Amino acid sequence: MTINEAQDEIISEFEFLDDWLDKYQEIIDKGMNAKIDPKYKTPEYLIEGCQSKVWIHAEYKDGKVIYESESNTDIAGGIAVMLVSVLSGHTPDEIIDSELYFIDKIGLKEHLSPTRSNGMLSMLKQMKLYAMAFKSKSES
Amino acid sequence: MINIEKIRADFPILNEQVYGHKLVYLDNAATTQKPKPVVESIVNGYYHKNANVHRGVHWLSQEATEAHEAARETVRKFINAEKTSEIIFTRGTTESLNIVAATFGELLSEGDEIIVSQMEHHSNIVPWQLVCEKKGARLVMLPIDNNGEISLETLKELINEKTRLVSIAHASNTLATVNPVKEVISIAHENGIPVMIDGAQSVPHFKVDVQELDADFLAFSGHKIYGPTGIGVLYGKEKWLDKLPPYQAGGEMIDKVTFEKTTFNVLPYKFEAGTPDFIGSTSLAAALDYMTAIGMDNVEEHERELVEYATKKLNEIEGMRIYGNAKKRSGLVSFLVSDIHPYDMGTILDKLGIAVRTGHHCAQPTMDFFGIEGTVRASFGIYNTKEEIDILVNGIARAKKLFHK
Repeated sequence: MTINEAQDEIISEFEFLDDWLDKYQEIIDKGMNAKIDPKYKTPEYLIEGCQSKVWIHAEYKDGKVIYESESNTDIAGGIAVMLVSVLSGHTPDEIIDSELYFIDKIGLKEHLSPTRSNGMLSMLKQMKLYAMAFKSKSES
Repeated sequence: MINIEKIRADFPILNEQVYGHKLVYLDNAATTQKPKPVVESIVNGYYHKNANVHRGVHWLSQEATEAHEAARETVRKFINAEKTSEIIFTRGTTESLNIVAATFGELLSEGDEIIVSQMEHHSNIVPWQLVCEKKGARLVMLPIDNNGEISLETLKELINEKTRLVSIAHASNTLATVNPVKEVISIAHENGIPVMIDGAQSVPHFKVDVQELDADFLAFSGHKIYGPTGIGVLYGKEKWLDKLPPYQAGGEMIDKVTFEKTTFNVLPYKFEAGTPDFIGSTSLAAALDYMTAIGMDNVEEHERELVEYATKKLNEIEGMRIYGNAKKRSGLVSFLVSDIHPYDMGTILDKLGIAVRTGHHCAQPTMDFFGIEGTVRASFGIYNTKEEIDILVNGIARAKKLFHK
């Protein structure tokens, strides 16, 4: 599945949820179940917002980046899970070049605001940085 | 009794819709909304009375100066200071605290001690830390107990011959505790020590009389008392303000300037370098007049009713933990529900049109004491109603379901 196919899948999953409460329920449930290997719950893998904590770990396997995430909040955690499911298993180039439109399309664009202390932008930035690091490492 | 309908009509913002819901604004400890007379004062100030104040020879400058100085008198009256020269306009509580920390700090020597409580806002901790570091002085913490109260006995024990000043919040922005500042001041004064009161969360909510308290310094912000942002007040007893060196330097604060020596202006101008925010000061006065017309005793009673109702209703929610259980409380409630993260709770309440604050409320030492990262804080103002508290309680119930709690 390409990154855009993964995004489209999430969009169609949310399409039937008219009520914002149902949408948040979906995100919360995703966030609740996300667990990372405890050895990665360290400051090194922490993306600290003003209020929430999200840990994202990445490894490079067979030319692809594999992400995993966990958060101490369910909503930021759920957003991280969706980012992981969209980007994980792709090559660094695919990740670096990707444009993520699903958050806006599923009606959560308030989380895209750079002023939001726990926005997904910092998570996305970190995930792309991992991809760039793996790319430069593999090319050197 | 206050006429809540009439008051609400003065605040057009309360009719705003948020995600299809009527705004329920419960973030008044962060900032309050502005009534029409305040906004009109800002507009009229710029339309009709805008000219640089002091020393202007022309009519408009005289008008602006008179309004600015009349505002100082309004502030004096509001907190019952003895003299208008003791009222310094600042940008807000933070700047007021910084002025005292920086200038009083100049009088400190190595080994001197400053006492602040454990429940202080960062702005009443960090300025003192900076000055203590610079002077080799020590910042001493007055601890709180599980109810969020200080002990006067402990204060007595902490005070010694090295203590130079006590700085304490009148009301906690996180725990709602109203500190016994009159007793704190009396204990400190028995030992010849001045006291700075952070009035950010008290002056907007009940009558504060600096002479009755015998406070040496008091800070408060305009924007938390229905006035404009960017204007605040530092009250200081004349005897202290005379002793302290100037803070910032520039125009307004000087008497005579030569390259050999500069002499400084009289109080309060010695502490007001540069063009003051004269539109801000006059609009702050409009806010204080508005509060005086309602009556601070009425404000206090209304907010006490709200906080009592909110505490009762919130405590009926399973899994509710309220932080701060002082005997005397101001108009806010800080809480957590089950193990729902405050950020998650705040996000869901926001989607229901309910504005609360979440996080550590700039009081990390307080959070550390309770072993938590943050809370959800609902803080009340003159326009809030019991119906709005019901909406909050229902919102929490909906959030609990979402988080399977």
